[in-house]
Amino acid sequence: MSLPEEVRARLEPDATQIIERYPRSRSALLPLLHLVQAEQGYVTQDGIEFCAERLGLTEAEVTAVASFYTMFKHQPVGEYHLGVCTNSLCAVMGGDAIFADLQGYLGVGNDETTADGKISLEHVECNAACDYAPVVMVNWEFFDNQTPRSARELVDGLRSGAGVTPTRGAARLCTWKQASRILAGFPDDQATTGRTAGEPSLAGLRLARAQGWTPDEDLAAERRSGGSAEPPAQSDTARTDTARTDTARTDTARTDPGSKP
Amino acid sequence: MTSVLTPELSAHWDEPDSFTLAGYLRDGGYQALPTALAMPPDEVIQTMKDSVLRGRGGAGFPTGLKWGFIPKGGDKPHYLVVNADESEPGACKDMPTLLANPHALVEGLIIASYAISAHLAFIYVRGEVLHVVRRLHHAVAEAREAGYLGADILGSGFDLQVVVHAGAGAYICGEETALLDSLEGYRGQPRLKPPFPAVEGLYACPTVVNNVESIATVPYILGRGAADFTAFGTEKSKGFGLFSLSGHVTIPGQYEAPLGTTLRELLELAGGIRAGHRLKFWTPGGSSTPLFTDAHLDVPLDYESVAAAGSLLGTRSVQLFDETTCVVRVVLRWIEFYRHESCGKCTPCREGSYWVVQLLEALESGQGSEADLDKLLDICTNITGRAFCALGDSIEAPVKSSITYFRDEYLEHQRLGGCPFDPAASTLFQMEHA
Repeated sequence: MSLPEEVRARLEPDATQIIERYPRSRSALLPLLHLVQAEQGYVTQDGIEFCAERLGLTEAEVTAVASFYTMFKHQPVGEYHLGVCTNSLCAVMGGDAIFADLQGYLGVGNDETTADGKISLEHVECNAACDYAPVVMVNWEFFDNQTPRSARELVDGLRSGAGVTPTRGAARLCTWKQASRILAGFPDDQATTGRTAGEPSLAGLRLARAQGWTPDEDLAAERRSGGSAEPPAQSDTARTDTARTDTARTDTARTDPGSKP
Repeated sequence: MTSVLTPELSAHWDEPDSFTLAGYLRDGGYQALPTALAMPPDEVIQTMKDSVLRGRGGAGFPTGLKWGFIPKGGDKPHYLVVNADESEPGACKDMPTLLANPHALVEGLIIASYAISAHLAFIYVRGEVLHVVRRLHHAVAEAREAGYLGADILGSGFDLQVVVHAGAGAYICGEETALLDSLEGYRGQPRLKPPFPAVEGLYACPTVVNNVESIATVPYILGRGAADFTAFGTEKSKGFGLFSLSGHVTIPGQYEAPLGTTLRELLELAGGIRAGHRLKFWTPGGSSTPLFTDAHLDVPLDYESVAAAGSLLGTRSVQLFDETTCVVRVVLRWIEFYRHESCGKCTPCREGSYWVVQLLEALESGQGSEADLDKLLDICTNITGRAFCALGDSIEAPVKSSITYFRDEYLEHQRLGGCPFDPAASTLFQMEHA
């Protein structure tokens, strides 16, 4: 009832490397759990035993931690873990509909895996991508702005091996086990692939560029004018009504222009 | 200031390589670092105090003050821990920041560590964002190779190592003491305060825990001086920050603007509520902040004005819902989230979240009664202030505010024996679905 010798031999140096990152060895527990999950696809009793041995903990202590965190799985996970966000905002925008549709399409319920072992389906909590709602994660990579149809196409692609690419993520989608290994602190070579940002991340920046808003130049102008809160001479860039409204508001908000440098 | 939007943190996110060291250097990166390293640490802290930067993770505690609480001397090591566990429903600013500009965080982290005399820093990043984890590892490796991390950084004699530590799925770990327990290899459960982390944090040593955006703003402040930061914002809420618009808005996304900008102004920039619909309710700072309605469009989104209007600025996570949305459904789902994420350590939160969900489920399905609304408010009152940490207090915010503004809608469910709303009408793809 332990990990096979050859597996242990492979994991030992990784575990040592993880433990050496921390001043106190117990801090290595979460990455070690990611590591054994990377090996076996989920946290098995053997994996727990391995972590406990390496850190001088009891298996009960390790189990208490492993059972607290939702990313550690206690039953086999498919090659692709599909997480549909059904927190309020994604749910309302369509996450509930996507999740319901996928359950029917895949023939599995929440936290279940298809018979071919390819896809595990789970509804997940907010993934910090609300401006891309509704969001679906595959092996913790972003698939933004999904619909029931696009989500079906996504799982079709995963099953056929047709090559599925995250909206904002690596060029090559990892397997579940590979993803777990990255989380253990052993990144692959894909950090520089994929986009810098999606369109919603750039919404404000694009608008500022289009309007010619340059806060740095504003600051320079303020300094030149001796710290007055008066707006600098208007540039020939077309200003919108929004800009005027805001300028008026910002100026009134400044009740103490004397405090400016 | 003529600029309505102030893209500073987000200024280069449209460049294909802004996340690389080469891109960051080209965009003026790592120029604040030598400036800071040439100053005595106390002067760095003073500059941060002068900037009046308030922590961007939601609580709004002044960052410079937090740094200043680290005791001088002593034989214990000091630690800096970056809280990159962004997971408040609605919050979506730190992950795009780290995808597009992780070096701003690394540079800020080096300066912050220098200021508080920490020689080991941790970035605790939520695990469910694989590419962000990759980009962080990559940025730290690049910085190390270039001599910005390691021994004798830029010849200053200052040494610093950084560990990227991926969490494993627990909202509670965004609470700073739960994060520290998690980082120590335990279940992520909050600690009783005091002692505060500045005195006994990681491994019971003096520790500063700061949000990603707070730390990523440090190079701007140290590179330009505090005055360039205080020139933005309102009298008491200085500077700029990312406003994250999501939901039923025409152009959702990140809008970096001075604090004090109103939702009316942000909505004009974002093309308004989606065509043919009107704003019903919104959160100014994530699901833990009391709801606002269309009566609050002109509230300046700064700490003081939002609080005066009965909510909290939080993380500036503006979730917008139009008139097709059932407020009971939205609130129920948030409280289900809190129930799921309650760490179980204290009774008011663990049991309270459970009972609030029961009552909301009954109300949403039309099986509740008017008395249930009072019971809900009573339970919430008994959670708030009695829970171990702010997660418990968060339960009251959406419940109480939604009953305040939409009491009739709760009762309408009871009258009809079910929800009066068609969920398909709220989705973004009703045409496809029809």
